[in-house]
Amino acid sequence: MNPEQGIVLDYALKGGDFDTAGEASSKIKRILQQIGVRSDVIRRIAISSYEAEMNVIIHAYSGVLKASIYPDRTELVVEDEGPGIADIDLAMQEGYSTAPDHIREMGFGAGMGLPNMARCSDEFSINSVAGEGTKIKILIRHS
Amino acid sequence: MKLADVQKLLRAEVICCLEGLDGEVRSACGADLMSDVLVHSKEKTLLLTGLTNVQIIRTAEMGDLVGIVLVRGKRPGPEVIQMAESKGIPVMVTSLPMFESCGILYKNGIKGCSELVTACES
Repeated sequence: MNPEQGIVLDYALKGGDFDTAGEASSKIKRILQQIGVRSDVIRRIAISSYEAEMNVIIHAYSGVLKASIYPDRTELVVEDEGPGIADIDLAMQEGYSTAPDHIREMGFGAGMGLPNMARCSDEFSINSVAGEGTKIKILIRHS
Repeated sequence: MKLADVQKLLRAEVICCLEGLDGEVRSACGADLMSDVLVHSKEKTLLLTGLTNVQIIRTAEMGDLVGIVLVRGKRPGPEVIQMAESKGIPVMVTSLPMFESCGILYKNGIKGCSELVTACES
């Protein structure tokens, strides 16, 4: 197969919509299973995708999760309109979180989301403008 | 150990996916913060938690967990049960608190996740 021939999936995310939070990552995971990607690789993609999706639901007003699945890799781009992150180095520290108490009561806001995405990915980048939004790019190789 | 053994040890009631009780449990993780679960668990991990919202099912799905034990007798709502059924993730409820549930399983040979922290780096 042509290495640049991929499947592109686009999902709109809505801030605060906890009922469907995780649905996009669930769909991405199912497609990766259908095309026969290794299960440990799928797990890393699913965890990164889910963490990124939850971040948009928790912190942003709206966003888009785009997955591009190629034979040799999956690329995730998560872009949101939201408050942005003023200090990315601080946000990348394990345990640092700005999530309010009601989010923690739901089991999120452990301050592990961004570090977890970085840990699971082969390439990770984050750009954010305070007051505008955040863009995260994740690449995970299939082998 | 099988999930069915976990059920007996914790005198737990199975809420859904009874057919999944022959699933093998390699390790367990007791937590109420789902990101911590995703960082520290490996596949075939059992989650013990006091949370009962749909995100516990999502976390189990994304992290390939083998099943969920709700501690302190907490019962999930119908939407949680429905999602667990659709994903085939066994959920059970024990009246035991978290510490005792974990202690019983640990004493009976279930490993913790500490050797497996590098889950995503392997």
